Amino acid sequence: MQCKKCHKKASVELRRHNTAFCPLHYIGFVNDQVSRNVKKHDMFTPNHKLLLAVSGGKDSLALWDILTTQGYNVTGLHLKLGIGTYSVKASEKTRIFAATNELQLIEYDLEDEMGLGVSLLARTLKRAPCSGCGLNKRYFFNKLALQFKFDVLLTGHNLDDEAATLFGNVLHWQDQALSRQSPILESTHPNLVKKCKPLYTLTEREIASYCLLRKINYQEEECPNAAGAHSLLYKDVLNRIELQSPGSKHQFLQGFLRKIRPSFRSQESITLNECTSCGMATTSQVCSFCKMWERAHKLKAPKSINQPSKR
Amino acid sequence: MKVTIRNPVRREIAIDGSLKVHQLLAQLNLNPESHIVIRNEELLTSHDLIKNDEAIEIVSAISGG
Repeated sequence: MQCKKCHKKASVELRRHNTAFCPLHYIGFVNDQVSRNVKKHDMFTPNHKLLLAVSGGKDSLALWDILTTQGYNVTGLHLKLGIGTYSVKASEKTRIFAATNELQLIEYDLEDEMGLGVSLLARTLKRAPCSGCGLNKRYFFNKLALQFKFDVLLTGHNLDDEAATLFGNVLHWQDQALSRQSPILESTHPNLVKKCKPLYTLTEREIASYCLLRKINYQEEECPNAAGAHSLLYKDVLNRIELQSPGSKHQFLQGFLRKIRPSFRSQESITLNECTSCGMATTSQVCSFCKMWERAHKLKAPKSINQPSKR
Repeated sequence: MKVTIRNPVRREIAIDGSLKVHQLLAQLNLNPESHIVIRNEELLTSHDLIKNDEAIEIVSAISGG
């Protein structure tokens, strides 16, 4: 198989594009995809102060590499989640990448700040770890972006993540979640920072291939809490469809964004309040984050758990 | 050939004979849409031939929860 551009031996085959690239031109292809997404959705410019949520996995490290190579000023934000040795290794990978490339990194320890990491929080609340983990990440990424005065918060969500989320939301007709699913979420409240997903058109295999070719030392190990997660089931189902019908994941997501989401957006009329406990934006009086931690506070030793502070 | 599957759980398998990448993945019941085959740090495409005396690694690209 030959590279479409230079006819040398190809290293990455893209069946959904009916093409293949050598390492050099594949890296160019990935960069072009990100540049196109940033421009198409008016995500940000080199003048913006960008904060990237970095887990130590392939997606966030690839995005950090791509954007800094393109000349953007991107600071990393790593949330130490307290998921045993998995989190320790994730922090190590993140620190090594930041140090090797001389990039600014903000680290935030959930256990130090709130008294419990994700695993202990899940056990205390007797709920699945992933929902609490996601809530903590969304809350602190937004809060820290505001606190350090960043213009845009970036995440490494890829095509598989977005297609799997869409699949789950359609399967259960989660209309509120469908209305919010987008590669870009503008700030709709002074306490909500703009959020962008520049990798949303690239698959997990494509991003992992980029990391391997760029020799990015990312965490290959899967989160131990992910075993049995619905998102992995949805990704598997979608990849089986993709194998028989290349381009299906892309068409599924792009079709939704082009044809369906506009009708959800026209119905949007959500009033946002400030949480009476922490001041962050919420549709209720008290935000989900504060409700979750208030419950954890009551169930666990109260003095060991901090309350989130008002901005 | 010696096959090392790096993740989610690292394991090694010995397979007799030479195979193309797509044949190997099918034999191991691994989806090529979510796996990458590597030989000496070189990424392989579906019709590349892996010889009986070669060692390769397979990386799963799937993550999330």
